[in-house]
Amino acid sequence: MVLSLSIREQKKSKNRKIITIMTHNYPLGEIASQVRRDIVRMVNLAASGHPGGSLSSTEIMTALFFSEMNHNPANWRRDGKGKDMFFLSAGHLSPVFYSILARSGYFPVSELASFRKLGSRLQGHPSVERGLPGVHMASGSLGQGLSVACGAALTKRIEGENNFIYVLMGDGESQEGQVWEAAMFAAHHKLSNIIAFTDWNGQQIDGPNEKVMSLGDLEAKWRAFGWDVVVADGHDIEAIKAVIRGAKEASADGKPKMLLMKTEMGKEVDFMQGTHHWHGKAPNAEQTEKALSQLKETIGDF
Amino acid sequence: MREIFENSGNKDTRSGFGAGLHELGKTNKDIVALCADLTGSLKMDAFAAEFPERFIQCGIAEANMIGTAAGLAVSGKIPFAGSFAEFVTGRVYDQVRQSVAYSETNVKICASHAGITLGEDGATHQTMEDIGLMRMLPNLTVINPCDYNQTKAATIAIADHHGPVYLRFGRPSVPNFTPANQKFEIGKALLMVEGADVSIFATGHLVWEAIQAANILKGEGISAEVVNIHTIKPLDKKAVIESAAKTGAVVTAEEHLIAGGLGELIAGLLTREKPTPQEFVAVDDLFGQSGEPADLMREYKLNAESIVSAAKRAIARK
Repeated sequence: MVLSLSIREQKKSKNRKIITIMTHNYPLGEIASQVRRDIVRMVNLAASGHPGGSLSSTEIMTALFFSEMNHNPANWRRDGKGKDMFFLSAGHLSPVFYSILARSGYFPVSELASFRKLGSRLQGHPSVERGLPGVHMASGSLGQGLSVACGAALTKRIEGENNFIYVLMGDGESQEGQVWEAAMFAAHHKLSNIIAFTDWNGQQIDGPNEKVMSLGDLEAKWRAFGWDVVVADGHDIEAIKAVIRGAKEASADGKPKMLLMKTEMGKEVDFMQGTHHWHGKAPNAEQTEKALSQLKETIGDF
Repeated sequence: MREIFENSGNKDTRSGFGAGLHELGKTNKDIVALCADLTGSLKMDAFAAEFPERFIQCGIAEANMIGTAAGLAVSGKIPFAGSFAEFVTGRVYDQVRQSVAYSETNVKICASHAGITLGEDGATHQTMEDIGLMRMLPNLTVINPCDYNQTKAATIAIADHHGPVYLRFGRPSVPNFTPANQKFEIGKALLMVEGADVSIFATGHLVWEAIQAANILKGEGISAEVVNIHTIKPLDKKAVIESAAKTGAVVTAEEHLIAGGLGELIAGLLTREKPTPQEFVAVDDLFGQSGEPADLMREYKLNAESIVSAAKRAIARK
């Protein structure tokens, strides 16, 4: 049933370009509101998934995909040739990733209903197996995305392309040792075409970072590894655009860029906001209704 | 098929890899090489010296090296990422699983110093689990060539194969007996010696030992067939089944644990398709230890003499 729905929708894909242009006409704040509705509805429909971090990184993803990134959803290539590339390192943020991709025109918005269902291209964590446009790499096992970004950044340099490599990581994810291997590598190889975001919501599955495994002075750590570091409000779309532009403009300084985005887990849904309890839990029907009553439907639900 | 194999002079298989990589560098500009502080040991020096812009030093950080290789691959390069076999398998299993195998990235994982013949460094560095670990991963091709010439040919061949590959080779100088400039065909078992009484399926350094064993057996009136399984995955099932059906007795020989190795792979196949008495020349649930490679091969019964005994046991069970 899910599959037949998606096939029907594929017939509409000719109109995708028009839909995308229409979406781009909405103010970014209204796109973000619709994305949040998508996140809550997808997770509710699947009765599983990760709403907390998806809601905290919504503005980051909206500003990136609808304003700052050089990409072409209608003619996407897995090798990213001639375009910017985005890697989701924190694969459990798949709800926000899929919503952003669909709303950008990578695939039909209706396909969001298949999230986590048998046979879906929208796997619980991103996968390339079924060829979902917009997904370069599988992710989910944490700490690997920045390394992959390093490889893609090297290719851009070897090919003489001036494109950027974006990567979104969770804050708890920086407890993985591989992140710091990649941090050292990117600085050593002067990969200033990498612009990384940390969704710094301060929460992880077992509780606040401070209780589970303190990140310490995260800003000083990245700086000590040789990165340009900026701390910004991860819910202020104009501020996010400004720090991305600043990172692009500073690309000649030879340093990779870490944008530490201060956010709140579960943002804009009062009972989810600021707690780790909704990291990986789906709202039931009643909770979903309550959440949606707080999130304005703008572009239209899938 | 050649019945007489001559050793053209001992050489290490890792040098075959280095020579193949260097040759690839000259002919294909998309080839890039990565190493984690073992450039000399992997014999990647020639490539690194001639193509510095395509050689990426990763330092002692193998997890990041595998991820970086995946990123290079997804964006269009053909990365050859090398280190000791243990450090590109066991140490980074999850990186290989998610960013290489599951993501279907065109990464060539180049594993030197595989098996017990790594020698004096001892068990921390001697992986005898790697074939098992790697062949369990969907999408991954697993190759274990037998000598310098074949390793060089395999290195060149995998560049043209689009998909993740695990290429396993070794440290010590061993007989170089297959033809120079041979064409390497992934997934095609090579009949080295034709025989009627027992089939010896060997891989890597054990192929030479199997040929020596066949010579010894011949002197005792036993006709042994030797098949070089250089590609563990995909296994040449047809070749294995046909040979086993013909001789009715099987020996498998490998520098690996029984668990997860070529022997278990072939046993699994024959159990389903053609049940045949089989004896294993492999290490049974042990870590290695320090020692000279030849001494270790003798100590762990990974040599021609052990293959001869195993062949007689297999034949007796017919």
